[in-house]
Amino acid sequence: MIGLPHFLIVSALLFTIGVFIIATRRHGIMMLMGVEFVLNAANLNLIAFSRYGEAGTRGQVFAIFVIILAAAEAAIALAIILSIYSHSARINLDELQSMKE
Amino acid sequence: MFDFMFLVFSAACIGTALFVAFTPNVVHAAVSMAGTFFSLACLYLLLGADFLAITQVAIYVGAILVLMLFGIMYTHNIARISGEQVMMQIGGGLILAGVTLFVLAAAVLSTEWPVQEIGPPAPTVDRLGVQILTDYLLPFEVASILLLVALVGAVVIAHTSIPRREGEKS
Repeated sequence: MIGLPHFLIVSALLFTIGVFIIATRRHGIMMLMGVEFVLNAANLNLIAFSRYGEAGTRGQVFAIFVIILAAAEAAIALAIILSIYSHSARINLDELQSMKE
Repeated sequence: MFDFMFLVFSAACIGTALFVAFTPNVVHAAVSMAGTFFSLACLYLLLGADFLAITQVAIYVGAILVLMLFGIMYTHNIARISGEQVMMQIGGGLILAGVTLFVLAAAVLSTEWPVQEIGPPAPTVDRLGVQILTDYLLPFEVASILLLVALVGAVVIAHTSIPRREGEKS
């Protein structure tokens, strides 16, 4: 019988993969993808608790706000990455040591 | 049937996410991420969150992923698309991921979750709408202002950065 812990384990796996991507990838857009995975893992947790816990639909309202923030974050981060790229023609974050110059 | 669907969609979710983590090609990673988001939407449907499943597909697959593909295509020389995005610190990343997974899994498995009878899922759209416009009206308005600020900010940051063709006036 599938219940709340199974969804939480899937969410923990997704979170772990997101952390792994953030830690190992050096490509700016790939790191953004890792952040999206982390946020999606949190969303899965919120929705699972809203189904199995006592939160009712409040968990889903929180998930909606998380999605809104993720959209805003992706737009801003991609704009910054494009700006850095046009400035220095680099996308590998290890080669970007300084914010100015 | 529920259990079978759960296993299928969570395996698809974790599998595509692992592919994203290990493929050297950024475009393949972005397309595979669409699979992760689709299977997550199906998991949301299994949890009775119909509105959020549709929102997940519309916003993540329809907006964020397309935005990322545009970003990849602006910043990449297609000829050397897999040359430079090497993975680094794999050992450290594996240790970090292992510790994270261990802590999270231990927390989940060692907790006594209350078992309660859950009824069949009911449509959530009307309840969500009422809650957003009553209990969560202030966060909703703040979120709309945040989206406006993010939109204007992204345009301001990025509008000078897209390379223009020769001879084109600004």
